[in-house]
Amino acid sequence: MFSVFLQFLFSGLTTGAVYALVGLGFNIVYNSTSIINLAQGEFVVIGGLMMWYFSELLKIPFFLSLLSTIAVSALIGLIMERLTIRPLLKKADLLLMIMVTIAVSIFIRGLVMFKFGKEPYTYPPFTEGDPLIIYGAVIQQQTLWVIGITGLCIVVLYLFFNKMMLGKAMRACSVEPRAARLMGISVSKVVMLSFVISAVVGAVGGIAITPISLMEYDKGPMLAVKGFCASIMGGLGRGRGAVIGGFVLGILESLTAGYIHSGLKDAVALIIMLFILFFKPAGIFGSAQIARLRKF
Amino acid sequence: MSRDDLIVILFLIATVILLPLISGSSYLLSVGIFAGINALVAIGLTILMGYAGQVSLGQAGFYGIGAYVSSIMSLKLGLPVMISMVIAMLAAAIAAILLSVPALRLKGHYLAVATLGFGEIIYVILNEWGPGGPSGFGDIPYFSLLGYTLTSSQEYFWLIWGCVIIVMAFSLNLINSITGRALRAIHGSEVASVSMGIDVVRLKIKVFVLSAIYASLAGSLYAHYVTFVSPSSFSLFYSILVLMMVVLGGMSNLWGGITGAIIITLLPEVLRGFKEYDILIYGLILTLSLLFMRKGIVPLVIEAIRRRG
Amino acid sequence: MSRYLRLGLVIFTILSVFFTSVPFSYAKEPYRIGAIFSVTGAASFLGEPEKNTVLMLVDQINKSGGINGHPLEVIIEDSKSDETQAVLAAKKLLEKDNVLAIIGPSTTGESMALVPIMNNAKTALISCAAGAPITNPVNERYWIFKTPQYDTSAVEAIYTHMKKHGISKVGIITIATGFGDAGRKALHDLAPKFGITIVADERYGPKDSDMTTQLTKIKASGAQAVINWSVGPGQVVVTKNWHALNMGIPLYQSHGWGSKKNIELAGKAAEGVIAPLGRLVVWEKLPDKHPQKALLRKYEWDYKSLYKSEPGTFGGHAYDALMMVVEALKKVGPDKKKIRDYIERNIKNWPGTGGIFNMSEKDHCGLDMTAFEMVVVKNGDWEILK
Repeated sequence: MFSVFLQFLFSGLTTGAVYALVGLGFNIVYNSTSIINLAQGEFVVIGGLMMWYFSELLKIPFFLSLLSTIAVSALIGLIMERLTIRPLLKKADLLLMIMVTIAVSIFIRGLVMFKFGKEPYTYPPFTEGDPLIIYGAVIQQQTLWVIGITGLCIVVLYLFFNKMMLGKAMRACSVEPRAARLMGISVSKVVMLSFVISAVVGAVGGIAITPISLMEYDKGPMLAVKGFCASIMGGLGRGRGAVIGGFVLGILESLTAGYIHSGLKDAVALIIMLFILFFKPAGIFGSAQIARLRKF
Repeated sequence: MSRDDLIVILFLIATVILLPLISGSSYLLSVGIFAGINALVAIGLTILMGYAGQVSLGQAGFYGIGAYVSSIMSLKLGLPVMISMVIAMLAAAIAAILLSVPALRLKGHYLAVATLGFGEIIYVILNEWGPGGPSGFGDIPYFSLLGYTLTSSQEYFWLIWGCVIIVMAFSLNLINSITGRALRAIHGSEVASVSMGIDVVRLKIKVFVLSAIYASLAGSLYAHYVTFVSPSSFSLFYSILVLMMVVLGGMSNLWGGITGAIIITLLPEVLRGFKEYDILIYGLILTLSLLFMRKGIVPLVIEAIRRRG
Repeated sequence: MSRYLRLGLVIFTILSVFFTSVPFSYAKEPYRIGAIFSVTGAASFLGEPEKNTVLMLVDQINKSGGINGHPLEVIIEDSKSDETQAVLAAKKLLEKDNVLAIIGPSTTGESMALVPIMNNAKTALISCAAGAPITNPVNERYWIFKTPQYDTSAVEAIYTHMKKHGISKVGIITIATGFGDAGRKALHDLAPKFGITIVADERYGPKDSDMTTQLTKIKASGAQAVINWSVGPGQVVVTKNWHALNMGIPLYQSHGWGSKKNIELAGKAAEGVIAPLGRLVVWEKLPDKHPQKALLRKYEWDYKSLYKSEPGTFGGHAYDALMMVVEALKKVGPDKKKIRDYIERNIKNWPGTGGIFNMSEKDHCGLDMTAFEMVVVKNGDWEILK
């Protein structure tokens, strides 16, 4: 009985880790721009597919492929920000921003489909070997990598936003851009950096999950919706909240599939999200007052 | 409605009557029919977004309710098509009320997400429990009115665009009435509206319900025209598509919805020759128009005309 | 003669010389067929090989003189895996292009949406989708045919194998799409006939990344075997999960498993996986005298040399559909009703990629359980089970 529960838990952690990373990405952009980048899911796809491209097609060694993939993803985030976000951000039109990110996500998806086609791709896990068995439940080594990498991202980002000047500057921008500007912080650079970071975070998720679940050109939208649910659960704008939200979401989905009915799995994320929105919109960890101060 | 609006309506009526008579092409008329169906959903969303200032990423849910409820009522329960459609509209209205009461307290992104969640839940319900599940079901009865069953593309073209015209006329009157002005006040500033004595919450709910009813009507018409439905037509993708139509056409003007619907329905047909490139071109066109034609086509065109004249 | 008339005559002469001196010059009218495939969208893994196959075959046919001297023209439309688009594509092909028949679409949903249109237009539709409702009830499908095997036949093949090996309790896991759903229904409907009880019934979504939860439940239910019913990456993920969990019971896949790519993606997890497959994937292992072997070999080699990848079973459905229409055209010429009649009445013992077809008034698909071979993955390759 326990091993069955544990198995469900592990399955939930696997999917939850990716949701957490996507949610993190959402938060980083939201924090500096107050917009929701609905193309966030596409970065995960780019991460997985580019990693395949470098490591399997070009046969470049692992670390170099890793860095190249991250670089490509960062570049795409940069281009997206410069070309589509920066010109429109001044308009402060929420709807427009949502639409633009959707349009860009469609465009990126088209590009990816063009280059990679529609089939799934994969590459070997980071470490080969038998899965571990804990109390009768199986956990693949790659799952541990996914969770570990997610944890690493959290730590790195925490240090960045709290201990490094640049990160603190970004936080200042998210709270009050005008004051930040007065202090000499370049808001537009901050926005650009936030897109780059969120692109990298998304890509890292894609790189880690592909050996387990493969990657195709159209995995983006589903991940975006689920990752977004994770952000909302944790409270939009709260990085740690999104991560916890992601894992909780993954586990809840798995438990629903396990104990109730696997067809309802996808509805879980949505119902929870609606519940939270209706009764505690600031999220489990957010505070209502701070949420109200947001531009949007 | 204003004099300009009346002129456009008359022009539209004339076009709608003449087009099927001039063109014998069932294919072209089908494109027109789908454009009209989309236009109905778009008009509702335009009122919601452009006038009441509320975002919805879940119109596909109401569209799907319209299609499925009407189909099930008429096919499985043997009710006449028109009655089934009315029941579907009621179902959509109830769903809208249930959704809007908690949801309309939310703002901006939160509201968008709540509606997205709603749309997705409907999709999951249709996919899991709808007749035929993901495969959908067919043999849905054609539309029939007072014993006469419509079967040809021409008849459907007139039916659907007839509905569009009636809905437009009704909506234009609504916009220009006291209700409409109250709506625009809300869009401008909710706080000010409340202080003027407008029952903001009630009004927002009403508009939400209205947009749901329009979408439901469109869904029912779709079902009784194609006679086959499956959940894949009612997914988030469709909600986003309708959103695109409204933004492209121009939210601030009711005619924007129809314009956007026509353009976006026509676009894949025009792009048919491009095969694989089409997703790319689609995304590109949308991105570019959002970057450079923010207000939407209709307001820009009106501005251009005003400047000339 | 006026100057212009002379000029016109010169131009006319040049043009006619040009047109009659072009190699394989066709003084004859082209035969136009329509094709609707899901080249993009969710079902593009079906539509793309189907489209490629058709392009390749049309080229081959025209290079060898066309059909009785008439060039073959196939107008391919992309339905984007969307029913509305399929409807529009069909209408365009029927009216604007005046096609003699339509092959495709790639999915059951789209095919169903076209049934009333094709019946009204009195034009044959040869669908490349599997769902049984496409050709049933046959008296309402006068103009509709399909080339893929029935999913019920695949289920029958699996259950027959299971019965032979003493398996009576199974856990099924299916994808929440039309394909998976049809399979699930067939698995439930046919189980009693073979003395099989379904002890677990799990589902998953097309973009899900992990199915260990569902498989764990199946393991706990006491099933003696697992059947997965899906196409697309889901098959690979289930296979990998099954292997990682060390479930100890055999994994059966649907006939959608038939692609070397799946073995490649699943790696060593694929060892031992059993599935009923169309002979296209295992033609190498067939005896030389098998009526399908030669055409399968040619098809795969031609496709591989042109497109550098294997066609897979799905491409084969388009092959069969097109060649049936081509043969009909050859024998009865460009007449919609005659083409339809030919396909219904004369496609008997007809070797195609999907199997040996026997169309009839009562069966517009023409294939049964014998179209499949039970195949197991051994050492990264297919092996036909005896």
